[in-house]
Amino acid sequence: MSSIKQSFRTLLIYRSALIGLVIILILVGISVYTIFAIPYDEATKLWRAGERYWLDNPRNAMPSWINLFSTKKMPETIVLDSRKPQPGVSKALIPVFDRITRIKVEFSFNYEYDDFPSELNLFFNSSFSSSSPQLTIHWVKPNGEDIVLKSLLVAKGEDRYYISNDEKLAKELRNAISKKINGTIEYDIPLTTLLFALEDSSILNPNTVKVMKGNYKLWIDGIAFEASVNLDAKLVVYGKVHGWAGTDHLRRDLGIALLWGTPIALSFGVVASISIAMIQMFIGAVSAWFGGKIDNLMQRVTEVFMVLPFLPILIMISTFYKFNIWVLLMVVIALSVFGGSVKNYRAIFLQIKEFPYLEAARAYGSSNLRILTHYLIPKILPTIIPSIVLSVADFVFLEAALAILGLGDPLAPTWGKIINDAYSNGALYKGLYYWVLEPSLMLAVTSLSFAMLGFTLDKIFNPKLREI
Amino acid sequence: MNTLLLNVEELRKYFEIRRGLFGRREYIKAVDGVSLTLESGEAISIVGESGCGKTTLGKTILRLYEPTGGRIIFNGRDITHLSWEELKWYRRETGLVQQDPFGALPSFMTVKKILEEPLIIHGFKDRKQREERIYKALEQVKLTPVEDFIGKYPHMLSGGQQQRLVIARSIILEPKLIIADEPVSMLDASVRIEILKLLQKLQEDYKLGIIYITHDLSTTRYFSERIYIMYAGHVVETAETKGILANPMHPYTKALLNVIPDPDPSNRFTIKKVPAGEPPNLLNPPVGCRFNPRCENMIKNICDVKEPPLVKLSENHYVKCWLYARA
Amino acid sequence: MDKAHLTVKNLVMYYKTLKGEVKAVDDVSFSLLRGETVAVIGESGCGKSSLAKSIIRLLPRNVSTYRGVILFNDLNLMELDEESFTRDIRWVKITYIPQAALNSLNPVIKIGDQMVEPLILRKKLDKREALEKAAKTLKTVGISENFIHRYPFELSGGMRQRVIIAMSLLTEPELMILDEPTSSLDVLTQANIMNLLKSIRRSLKLSMILITHDVSLSSELADKVAVMYAGQIVEFNDANAFYHDPKHPYSQKLMESVPTLRKNKKLDFIPGAPPSLLNPPKGCRFAERCPYAFEKCDRDPPLVYLNGNFYVKCWLYVRE
Repeated sequence: MSSIKQSFRTLLIYRSALIGLVIILILVGISVYTIFAIPYDEATKLWRAGERYWLDNPRNAMPSWINLFSTKKMPETIVLDSRKPQPGVSKALIPVFDRITRIKVEFSFNYEYDDFPSELNLFFNSSFSSSSPQLTIHWVKPNGEDIVLKSLLVAKGEDRYYISNDEKLAKELRNAISKKINGTIEYDIPLTTLLFALEDSSILNPNTVKVMKGNYKLWIDGIAFEASVNLDAKLVVYGKVHGWAGTDHLRRDLGIALLWGTPIALSFGVVASISIAMIQMFIGAVSAWFGGKIDNLMQRVTEVFMVLPFLPILIMISTFYKFNIWVLLMVVIALSVFGGSVKNYRAIFLQIKEFPYLEAARAYGSSNLRILTHYLIPKILPTIIPSIVLSVADFVFLEAALAILGLGDPLAPTWGKIINDAYSNGALYKGLYYWVLEPSLMLAVTSLSFAMLGFTLDKIFNPKLREI
Repeated sequence: MNTLLLNVEELRKYFEIRRGLFGRREYIKAVDGVSLTLESGEAISIVGESGCGKTTLGKTILRLYEPTGGRIIFNGRDITHLSWEELKWYRRETGLVQQDPFGALPSFMTVKKILEEPLIIHGFKDRKQREERIYKALEQVKLTPVEDFIGKYPHMLSGGQQQRLVIARSIILEPKLIIADEPVSMLDASVRIEILKLLQKLQEDYKLGIIYITHDLSTTRYFSERIYIMYAGHVVETAETKGILANPMHPYTKALLNVIPDPDPSNRFTIKKVPAGEPPNLLNPPVGCRFNPRCENMIKNICDVKEPPLVKLSENHYVKCWLYARA
Repeated sequence: MDKAHLTVKNLVMYYKTLKGEVKAVDDVSFSLLRGETVAVIGESGCGKSSLAKSIIRLLPRNVSTYRGVILFNDLNLMELDEESFTRDIRWVKITYIPQAALNSLNPVIKIGDQMVEPLILRKKLDKREALEKAAKTLKTVGISENFIHRYPFELSGGMRQRVIIAMSLLTEPELMILDEPTSSLDVLTQANIMNLLKSIRRSLKLSMILITHDVSLSSELADKVAVMYAGQIVEFNDANAFYHDPKHPYSQKLMESVPTLRKNKKLDFIPGAPPSLLNPPKGCRFAERCPYAFEKCDRDPPLVYLNGNFYVKCWLYVRE
């Protein structure tokens, strides 16, 4: 329709609409990319996957670009795996005597960050027939000092040593260092700090403790009582930053949820907004055109729905049934369809009901249904497009709000769900601001873009609001 | 012998008003006992001021309303109380031209779509056939070159062109009767004659019956053979156009003719005689002759008591007035 | 020799729209004496309403050019600043009744209260005096005095138009500009209003400018006639001369398109449509529809004076 092309051209004159449109296009682009790069099934599987999948990620890590803005360089995660040949990783299985094998695995890395790692874990994967290899784990600091962390017997298959959770070791080290510097470490110092700190008076105060920068080594000295034995190890020095979005309490990369939140939010918003508007328009048109008893009935039904409390009913339904997000969409649409806007549309239709072209249509024999669909609704469509665009923002927020209240789909990776997780895990209390800010920013930007576009469309289609 | 295309007998159309939820029912007697006839290929005018019921009469004849009383007989068929579905054929036989050309056209449809709608509704499934009809209709109303106009929207056309499009739409189904309700009153003076002449030509070429509804008595002498003068829901006088203009009989007709100006510079020196008062409220029209409160020839105890009969003065000339009734 | 009451010379008013500059009033001149009525006749879009508003300085917000001379009792109104114009002229000496004014009465305020506003604001009367004056003026226009207590919806169309006329007579103006005063009224009511205007203009020595598209109606009041086409006056003539023998081809064709009740004549129409005021043609603006157009018509025709101040803007009357 030429009128649409003309309106589009007028639209581009307004800068706010342009910005809004650009942002929406970017969001759509992100959605399309996400849908192809990480298909939905895979995404939900990833999101619901347990800790095992995410085990290489730090918990509650900030986004890595934070390092661009702070003088203190936060550590990134260092993963050294004996199965993957890298500089700094060496593994050797040395048969000594008949049926005795010496195992030596070495991990060395350079640590130049200004802050301590969040965790330190060691994972084993071993294969042997009967007797477990015996391992001694050494830690070498840049100053050359070699500390034995632990001696253990490794189990067959997968095994792990959570170094940073080793309370006994922590106490020993604390006492050792305290003695060395002739002071007492009064505060609750974590093991990672003990393993990486500069051992001087600065260690006594948590605000002044500094990292000993340099080359670190963790090496495993082991003996196995078999000939055919294999041991692989993986050292993970967990950083405090990860990825472009950070991680949550389950070590999940927030980037996935932020990306996937985009198409979910957009489709929820757009589907809800358009389908509700179309149905409401039709109801309003029928009400206005037929008048009389039909009008009466529909208006009373609408009034009943308007009085019903939307949110409490949703809460009620959700305590009995668990929603997935698309069922939630259906329920929201069903509850909104007889909403207050029906009265708006009816008022508009009542005004145009008397227009001569409708009378002419009746005179050349048009049926009532045809008048509703071909003559009434197309007439007002341009005027209500702005409100449809604006209401997309409302529904995006609604979905997020429901998720935050815990009513949404507990398994879907949406922005609201991120905020919900953040809230239940005390994000703001713990100072993990990024966890709340990132999804909030996405919500705000999305709503803003639709709002800017919608208000400008309003100015175009409803000329009385124009400035000229 | 021409069969009567349209025969309207004592047509009544009342609109119900209910005061309040439980109030009594009252009726606006918009058309209260109107009879008229139309031959095929003939043009008649229904003249009156706003509120006299002429528009309601036109719409009731088209069965956009259902009559409250009386009969409408079209080409020998009684269509007075047929249902909407039963009237589908009637829609093809009739056309409507309305007063506001812009309002009568859907602003969001192109010229082609506007003309296609009646065809689609009446089952013209073949696209080529529809296109042929559309082209033919546009040529008949001189919206040429046709290709220029096919893709335009109503707001791109001038007032005169819009009205021509409305006329094209009304004739595209090849009807026998056209009702034109104030077809030119919203158009500029220089365009009016063009549209009226177009209607006249279509009438001659296709033997269309046309009913002009208008308040402008001056145009009727050029475009219709007979006139019906309406006042407050009644026909007060009807005759051949020349006859009425030369020899008006009803006091209301006389007043109308007296008061309508021609472009004459001496007009500014004369104060015209105008009947006092206003047209009556149709909820409670005056008892007897509805013009009696304003008529200077009113006969007391007759005109304000009983409704006057339709008196035949000569062939085709009837007056509804006590002044001409005998005893 | 009667002094002119109002003389308009070379009045120009253009306004800017998104599509360009609309030359609504393009070099218009005419004059009238005290007590005379000039009818400005033209079709929709010719600029006659803009002309009326330009005289009373009700300019659109996007006006771009406004110049010329408007002599009113020898005072050049164009030289007055906005404050003096509002205080002394607009709705004091010159009143203006816009189109469809009868529909713009405030429906929730009583008639009397609406009428007294200009009196209280301009002439500084107190409410009681103002209401008395309003009641008396209503009587002049043929409405009973106690209507000052009624609401507009209680009155018919004709009565509301009388109220509007009464409102514009309150400040005892000298000149009244009426834009289509009877367009939505019935023929009988129209005649009533015309009768009213005829009587008050004589009794109050009112000069009038009547703007209308209805040629027949204009003859009810016009002493002089100005025919407007595409923003310009193409003929300005005395009423007797104009109605019997219009000079400009447009005036002639216009006359031919007016159906008459009493005389039987041949009716004709003008094919085509008036040019857009956004980009009017360079030469004579009527040339493309004129049956007598010739080569000279590519240039803008001059004003050919007939007698006195009357003129025709057409090459056919230029003597070589």
